[in-house]
Amino acid sequence: MITLDIQNLEAKIGEKQILKGLNLQLEEGKVHAIMGPNGAGKSTLSKAIVGHYDVSIVGGDILFKGKSIKDMEPEERAKEGIFLSFQNPVEVPGVNNAYFLRTALNAKRVHEGKEELNAAEFLRLMKSHLSELGMKPDMISRSLNEGFSGGEKKRNEILQMLILEPDVIILDEIDSGLDIDALRAVSEGINKMKDGKRSFLVITHYSRILDYIEPDYIHVLKDGKIVKTAGAELVAQLEEEGYDSIANEQ
Amino acid sequence: MENKELNKAVSGEYSLGFEIDIETDVAPPGLSEETIAFISKKKGEPDWMLELRLKAFRKWQTMSEPHWGKLDYEPIDYQSISYFAAPKKAPESLDEVDPKIIEAYNKLGIPLEEQKQLQGIAVDAVVDSVSVTTTYSEELSKHGVIFCSISDAIRDYPELIKKYMFSVVPMNDNFFATLNSAVFTDGTFVYIPKGVRCPMELSTYFRINALNTGQFERTLIVADEGSYVSYNEGCSAPTRDENQLHAAVVELVAMKDAEIKYSTIQNWYPGDETGKGGIYNFVTKRGICQGENSKISWTQVETGSAITWKYPSCILKGDNSVGEFYSVAVTTLAQQADTGTKMIHLGKNTSSTIISKGISAMKGQNTYRGLVKIGANATNARNYSECDSLLIGSECGAHTFPYLESKDTQGQVEHEATTSKISDEQLFYLRQRGINEEDAVSMIVHGFCKEVFSKLPMEYAVEAKALLELTLEGSVG
Repeated sequence: MITLDIQNLEAKIGEKQILKGLNLQLEEGKVHAIMGPNGAGKSTLSKAIVGHYDVSIVGGDILFKGKSIKDMEPEERAKEGIFLSFQNPVEVPGVNNAYFLRTALNAKRVHEGKEELNAAEFLRLMKSHLSELGMKPDMISRSLNEGFSGGEKKRNEILQMLILEPDVIILDEIDSGLDIDALRAVSEGINKMKDGKRSFLVITHYSRILDYIEPDYIHVLKDGKIVKTAGAELVAQLEEEGYDSIANEQ
Repeated sequence: MENKELNKAVSGEYSLGFEIDIETDVAPPGLSEETIAFISKKKGEPDWMLELRLKAFRKWQTMSEPHWGKLDYEPIDYQSISYFAAPKKAPESLDEVDPKIIEAYNKLGIPLEEQKQLQGIAVDAVVDSVSVTTTYSEELSKHGVIFCSISDAIRDYPELIKKYMFSVVPMNDNFFATLNSAVFTDGTFVYIPKGVRCPMELSTYFRINALNTGQFERTLIVADEGSYVSYNEGCSAPTRDENQLHAAVVELVAMKDAEIKYSTIQNWYPGDETGKGGIYNFVTKRGICQGENSKISWTQVETGSAITWKYPSCILKGDNSVGEFYSVAVTTLAQQADTGTKMIHLGKNTSSTIISKGISAMKGQNTYRGLVKIGANATNARNYSECDSLLIGSECGAHTFPYLESKDTQGQVEHEATTSKISDEQLFYLRQRGINEEDAVSMIVHGFCKEVFSKLPMEYAVEAKALLELTLEGSVG
């Protein structure tokens, strides 16, 4: 089954067209990796899916579970189950991490017609995930991403993902700035989320992360389009021959 | 982001703009020696007080309105204001307070009836020019604490008044303080005796109700050696098209080892988005740390008024004394605030902390103006200042004017200032997690104010948060 269906997407940042008729289908329960050279439009694609203000969609459509989401507010898309792990999570001073995350979870729960979690129930949930990710308990009381190290920020993204339990997870350069231990912890968190239903879109410039999160499909994004789709074996070819070799095939 | 949407999110309605329908005695507009004699007589004051008022009035006539603040407003016609307004029925006890006033205070969330009174908080309720009731006075008197209206204090405790009134803010201190000295109507007097820790929070709630009147209250708090008091003031006014003048004076005196914690939640009617109506709030607040190891702490949350001009200050005279100023000032609609503090270090090892948070939205203009002055004998004085501004939208403004005068070279003065626009990145991050835009703005603003709110007594911190939400989020219940 297709969860996210991107059809002939054209998108601009400012006056510049970045995506030029991009087609991509995410399958339920599968890990899709998007690889491509710098400037190919990888981040623009993730921004377009979540409704980032930088991106304006000028053509095509994005369907999620069969419904167009391209005109939906970002928070509506989030509540429907689309999650973006940011490349550089922003710091929000004075906003308590646990309070923020509980507000987010309860917004989603209300949207799904579920009871809100009270503070005690939420803390129990958060604590269990913290220890899994090897995060310190002070993550509960610290301000959202404020003064976090690169590794702490990325782990905090994964923590949010574990708690919000989205259906489509976009990981934008999740491995950037991570040492090997952090990378392992983050990957374990991601792998735990694989349940045969959730789809993953792993956006990466380097293949390192794919040693930890095994992709089902590799898509090569060049100049605003997907130029090749293949199985995991493509990673080795890209490693050896670079992105130029792909363009030559087309 | 669309400015229009953001404006909708930050132009909260003023919810306390109702008028109390009571019969009011109002003095005819105008200011003269006769007006002052009239006020003094209405208050049943002794002659010495009238003499002081007249002296202030004569001085005031030689002064001119200050215009150094970064404020833009129509000239004030001091002859068109009425200087005295009082609910007609003068109550002898709480039973005689007009039920309409009690009802109005209930609406404001401040029950005055005995059985409903707020636990642990004594309240002085001031409507226009008079104090209508003071709760818990008797119980406080068992501890030797005096908590009464300033009018009562002038009659009942003349020695304390003569000793301390005008001792911190001299009669001729500035144009507005001098005007207040001449025409002040009511306010609160607090005296905490030696070694007493005041057993409850004290508070005054000021309500402007009558049309075309000014409110000129005067508050005096004296904490004797080794005592402690936490005092809170709140205020509101009806929604009106005319501007109304509020010119108050607050004096604090902390003796050796005493501590005064003074918190304000200022929510006067702010006017509308075109700048029509609203209170002109010109206030002089100053405290003196008279004895060694004394401490004065000002915390203010300023969300109301069309114009705010106030600089709660500390004179750190006693050695090792401590002054603190924690402020959140919000200007939205067409509001203008020029606010800050003065920390005057005179004693040795004195220290002061200034944390100022300015939030501007819509066409609001927010100015921090602060002075840190270190005297020649103030060896080892220390100051830490932090002034942060948050801009919401693109039509508002934030300005910072920190001044430093140091006669001592060993003092440590640290100043940090930041201005940040509520960032689209922050908003988007929260929205991507499913939090709607309005809640996201509120979350970021609360985070910004956290350091200051944490200084408020708990009950008031809750009120301040709710008020901020109301002012900025437009989520009127």
